[in-house]
Amino acid sequence: MMWNSASEFFAMGGYGLYVWGAYAVTLACMAIEPMLVLQRLRTARRALALAAEADAP
Amino acid sequence: MSPPSFRLFQFAAPARFYGLAGALVPWCWAAFAALAAVGLWIGFFVAPTDATQGESYRIIFIHVPAAWMSMLLYLVMAFWAAIGWAFNARLASMTARAIAPTGAMFTFLALWTGAFWGKPTWGTWWVWDARLTSELILLFLYAGFLSIVSAIDDPRRADRAGALVAIVGSINVPIIYFSVRWWNTLHQGASVSLDAAPRMASMMLTAMLLMTLAFWAYAFAVVFTRTRAIVLERDRHAGWAREAVHATRTGGTPGMQT
Repeated sequence: MMWNSASEFFAMGGYGLYVWGAYAVTLACMAIEPMLVLQRLRTARRALALAAEADAP
Repeated sequence: MSPPSFRLFQFAAPARFYGLAGALVPWCWAAFAALAAVGLWIGFFVAPTDATQGESYRIIFIHVPAAWMSMLLYLVMAFWAAIGWAFNARLASMTARAIAPTGAMFTFLALWTGAFWGKPTWGTWWVWDARLTSELILLFLYAGFLSIVSAIDDPRRADRAGALVAIVGSINVPIIYFSVRWWNTLHQGASVSLDAAPRMASMMLTAMLLMTLAFWAYAFAVVFTRTRAIVLERDRHAGWAREAVHATRTGGTPGMQT
């Protein structure tokens, strides 16, 4: 283990801003994209279900 | 009377693909979670501090996988777009469309993480050198593909126009890859190449490769889900799509019975 404390870990040897700045945006993108994609799939499903209901007698 | 070996092509039908992809997506997410957890653990708690760059080098564990994915996804997108155009295969064209936003996102992430790595190591966020400029052009190519397919109303015409952009633009991928050899750039050479031993500590390499596999799993999960959405949007008047959605709502396996 190379970190003696949590604050040392977050400081990243003085490069905290750069390391966490890169990781935070990556995490944000890879969290938001799946949500948007799932929303798109749900919207498509809902539209089909509504169309099927409209057709039903 | 088709021989059993041709069964595989059943999945080229959007209806079949919808069910198969739906079954695969949870496994892709599980693989992503496991690979990313182990990769990040090794990257932050096992891999040693770099002798020259200190801790800033730890950006490599997302930067290189994102950059690789950006190039790979472009080639895969161009491949499926070309197949969709040449063989009039609708599902291939839909897959190409589904790949583009994810590829663009990874291109953005490669540029973003590169900037956050360049600032502490080179002293600048951005420089107009061959590697960085060609990667930025890749982002514009993804944007061009996405805008052209959304600008044309007729879906098949849009697919063909997008295929043209994707195929012509794929010439940029080898330019990105070899840019660090062909030109004298600020960007370092390849960390890993096929014809030489990796120039990094084995734990650093392990973490980077695990993160690459994690990003692959992520890309499969997202692209499969988006393709399913596109398939439903495009086939909304087809009977199978309604049945598949109905089966999901009543607890059956979607699409598997068509």
